[in-house]
Amino acid sequence: MEYLWSFLVGGAICVAGQILMDTTTLTTPRILVIFVVSGVVLGAAGVYGPLEELAATGATVPLPGFGYNLAKGALKGAEEGFVEVIAGPLEAAAAGIGAALAVGYIIALVFNPKSPKR
Amino acid sequence: MKKEPEKKDIAKAYEKYTKKFTPRPDYIGNCSKAFFTGGLICAASLYCRNMLVEGGMEEEKAATLVTVGLVVIAQLLTGFGVFDVIAKFAGAGVIVPITGFANSMVAPAMEYKREGPVLGAGSKIFSIAGPVLVCGITAAIIAGIIARIIYIL
Amino acid sequence: MPYKKIGKQTIVFSEKPYIAGRGNVAGQKEGQGPLGEYFDMVLDDDMFGEKTWEMAESKMLKEAMKKAIKRSGLKQENIDAMLSGDLLNQLMSSSFTARDMHIPFLGLYGACSTMTESLLMGSILIDGGFARNVLVGASSHFCTAERQFRMPVEHGNQRPPSAQWTATAAGAAVLSSRDTFDVRSKYRIRTESATIGKVIDAGIKDVNQMGAAMVPAAVDTLLNHLEDTGRKLEYYDVVVTGDLGYIGKDIMTDLLKGAGIPGEQITDHYDDCGTMLFSEEQDVHAGGSGCGCSACVFTAYLLSLMEKKKIRKMLLMSTGALLSTISPGQGESIPGIAHAVSVEVE
Repeated sequence: MEYLWSFLVGGAICVAGQILMDTTTLTTPRILVIFVVSGVVLGAAGVYGPLEELAATGATVPLPGFGYNLAKGALKGAEEGFVEVIAGPLEAAAAGIGAALAVGYIIALVFNPKSPKR
Repeated sequence: MKKEPEKKDIAKAYEKYTKKFTPRPDYIGNCSKAFFTGGLICAASLYCRNMLVEGGMEEEKAATLVTVGLVVIAQLLTGFGVFDVIAKFAGAGVIVPITGFANSMVAPAMEYKREGPVLGAGSKIFSIAGPVLVCGITAAIIAGIIARIIYIL
Repeated sequence: MPYKKIGKQTIVFSEKPYIAGRGNVAGQKEGQGPLGEYFDMVLDDDMFGEKTWEMAESKMLKEAMKKAIKRSGLKQENIDAMLSGDLLNQLMSSSFTARDMHIPFLGLYGACSTMTESLLMGSILIDGGFARNVLVGASSHFCTAERQFRMPVEHGNQRPPSAQWTATAAGAAVLSSRDTFDVRSKYRIRTESATIGKVIDAGIKDVNQMGAAMVPAAVDTLLNHLEDTGRKLEYYDVVVTGDLGYIGKDIMTDLLKGAGIPGEQITDHYDDCGTMLFSEEQDVHAGGSGCGCSACVFTAYLLSLMEKKKIRKMLLMSTGALLSTISPGQGESIPGIAHAVSVEVE
């Protein structure tokens, strides 16, 4: 059951992205920003939490989940102080961003882009 | 003949006119491909996470590790030049999950490394991911400050 | 002094320059297309043995130019001027080609209209008596254009159906005056007249709708050319636009019908290089684009048909979208331009 919800919710979020891509002229970076920011807003509004409980990775793996994670960090900090609020989002997402940066940079230096043959 | 009406109206009318000639994307096909690949990635990550938890890892740590794993896999696929081929098929199915974010860092960095490791790859790694981080973190901090003010009150 | 301008925008050459040589290089994908057999050289690898795509594009242009000079039978030092352009910032490919050519160089930017722009300017130089032999050309490369104007190549995204595929190709031609042209040559192809296009912007903002953005300029240039010269569309065996693609070609056909040109004349006498370069199975969506598209189709396919006298009169109209890398971000629409050059077999 858990897997089914994860599949359905994750798939549905991706469909929302696909609809944005197909029906508007929005470029990918804009779509990524929209998804992360809406994740932050939904997370702060307390809507995303229940969704995560229902769908687990179905809610956290898509980009709104990244936004939700940032919001969660900020809200956790809000219980302690303003400095903790500022540190919170990055603390919560530190591992993901750190890995993406370090691994991404190394891969970029090792591999070369290829001219598309498709 | 084209000068009298407002420029904006011409643009609108012409855009509408050109739409008649433009084929539409295959909405249903694209959406179902996005749905299945996106769903599959999420369900597979759940499986990995559960396996890690069963192996005795804390839930939060396992979730982070799965995210890191997805990021690394997507970036490796980008390096091998496969990710764009997958994305062409799956569309939002791989762009909306964290894999799309990971790809958006490696792709420009790899392409601009010929302009140097510092100002080429080092700065371009943020050309798409940068805005995402900036907007996301700013929004989160604003939300946090509001929450903090409510908390104090 | 007798003026060569007729009507509003058209020049008729009195000393009609000869196209003495032609050369072209095409990328791998272009080589697999329907025109593959016509290219002088098809690359196995789009890097062309260089370290960067930009230098690969530059090398393609250089090879195309060398081939054109060789075909013309002239020596490199007899070329008085080189006119060329590409899509890159500061005309990187052309300037770096010119660095190795040691020929007096004028860089041109007309976006994808550069091939006709260079042909037009070269013909003017010769007709005006300012040069005996002029080398003209243009190039584009999918990877250099894509990363400058759109997204990194390895970035995962889906191209909408209206997107066009920037051709990896270069084309060049040598124009010669009557004094230096080898009169015994089998092929006697001359540029006859030309129409300089106006920049026209119909307000399209979608950078994936290039064809549609350029059509109004192409229609304007074509109608003005026909009016200035008093010709009908069927005067030409073929009128070819540069890179409007499938969607642009349909819109162009419709607009020309609206301007009162009979439909059968348009289907028989009008075509577009962007629809000729790739086959539909190659999944290029709306067709080819880029400076190299009309440059290689013209120098490889169309001129060879003229050499065989299958076409005797042709109007080449490369179309260009004059957007910059920052203008779409600033919310500006895409201005279009089209120049026309009439080419005839003597």
